[in-house]
Amino acid sequence: MTRILGTETEFGVAVKNSAMPDPVSNAIFIVNSHPAQEPVLWDYSNENPLLDARGYEIEGERERPGPEYNRLLNKPLNNGGRLYVDGAHPEYATPECSDARMLVQYEKAGEQIIAQALHQANLRLQPQEGFSIYKNNTDGKGNSYGYHENYWVSRHVPFDTLIAQMTPFLITRQIFAGAGKVGAENRTDPARYQISQRADFFETWVDLNTMMKRPIINTRDEPHCDARGRRFHVIVGDANMSEVSTYLKTGTTALVLDMIEAGVFVKGVEIDNPIQEIKQISRDLTLRQTVRLSSGARWRALDIQRAYLEAAQTHYSRETDPQTHEMLSRWQDVLEILADDPMRLSDALDWVIKKRFIESYMERKGCSWQDPRVAMLDLQYHDMDPDKGLYFVIQRRGQVKRLISDEEVHRAQSLPPESTRAYFRGHCLSQFAKQVHMVSWTSVVFRCDTGMKRVPLMDPLRGTRALVGPVLEQSSTVEALLGHIGAPVSTASG
Amino acid sequence: MAKQEREARKKKDTPKEEGAEANPEVVKQGKKTQEEIDELMEEIDDVLEENAEEFVKNYIQKGGQ
Repeated sequence: MTRILGTETEFGVAVKNSAMPDPVSNAIFIVNSHPAQEPVLWDYSNENPLLDARGYEIEGERERPGPEYNRLLNKPLNNGGRLYVDGAHPEYATPECSDARMLVQYEKAGEQIIAQALHQANLRLQPQEGFSIYKNNTDGKGNSYGYHENYWVSRHVPFDTLIAQMTPFLITRQIFAGAGKVGAENRTDPARYQISQRADFFETWVDLNTMMKRPIINTRDEPHCDARGRRFHVIVGDANMSEVSTYLKTGTTALVLDMIEAGVFVKGVEIDNPIQEIKQISRDLTLRQTVRLSSGARWRALDIQRAYLEAAQTHYSRETDPQTHEMLSRWQDVLEILADDPMRLSDALDWVIKKRFIESYMERKGCSWQDPRVAMLDLQYHDMDPDKGLYFVIQRRGQVKRLISDEEVHRAQSLPPESTRAYFRGHCLSQFAKQVHMVSWTSVVFRCDTGMKRVPLMDPLRGTRALVGPVLEQSSTVEALLGHIGAPVSTASG
Repeated sequence: MAKQEREARKKKDTPKEEGAEANPEVVKQGKKTQEEIDELMEEIDDVLEENAEEFVKNYIQKGGQ
């Protein structure tokens, strides 16, 4: 089950003491509180979020910060990922991973990286001041921020095919991937509790925009790779705390993309009104209600998911890869249990974990869903402070299922994946810290005696441990490294 | 999907009927779970932000994708 994938998480920041400066300054303060490494810039030359997968480019400004500001905004990490300020948020992008389990490991590592930055930032403040950081998707006041997934997909798949095949899957995926939310937002129908954090914020079906009138299918075409691939940019998902939720969310999506690439299509599941149904499904905690398909038939979200699962089981019936079978088996199990009683998953899926402890709390206190403490519980579930975050409290009590060991998460803070170009990027950063001038997904630029040298990383599957590990180990200088690697090295401007 | 197929699948999803008598093991487990819930609630109370109403009201995060 090899598919290149990675996620970007925008974190929400609360401050005690409203005299604190604006969110951009707060985000810069937090990101720069991460334990100091050699300053390295981000190479923006390949960034172009204005290209639309439907075949055109829109007008707009491209981000090109000057070197001083660049240094403040960006902290490329030794694990191959990126800690940075995006707009008004601290953000963590995982390195490129090659399977869902690795993705969970590197997302969890990112939570710890952010927690370290948070801890250091708070040490630098006055006692009455303090930041809180949330890995969630809303401030409860109609402002949403994203959790974006990125999947490498072959360009031989027409984008229209991706739209058609992915829409019913992504709308219904929330039944196991939802992070849960108290209340309703964005002028949608009221709700006491919902399955998805993000569903209320989706207003269009297909569009380039990511910040308003959000589309279920985002058409950004900024591949960060060579011409064979596209980066399918998914903005409809929730940020999860539970490892099982994250694993299922990304692993099932990867399997569906596998099928699409192989020309295996699920038929008859087109949804009549996707923008309305994504919100209806979010509000149905019984999972028993049906949605209207284009055919006029009415199916539950469970049935739509089952159609994808069965197609995958057929497609992979002769597959030997154990990870694929593990994912299929978990997908089948979760759908069966959800069909029986979703509350049986109160140790595994975020929206159920959250619902269970909030309802217990309400019963104990004799309060209702409208009580401000309930809204606080919803938010604090996602708090990145390991002492305060309610997910971490529940996890420490052994009440949630784990997939990744603490040791694996710890390693992933500073060591990159071995199976993707993140390996080369991460090891250049740790091995040649003083000589790396800037990096991006597709480049490492070194400062050499003879000038700047850019090593391109256009193929996510090159720069792996297998391909460059020995060369990195044998090279004690950048010059030696550049002499050994086969990639065309160019002279870069600084 | 044919209605018959869906009905058949629904039957497959439904678990077997549980015995009517209270199983002492299950009751003991139930109590342990209640104890776990109570302890969790106490810990949540300890760490929950004070002045929840004000905190939630003051939390605003604009500028997100």
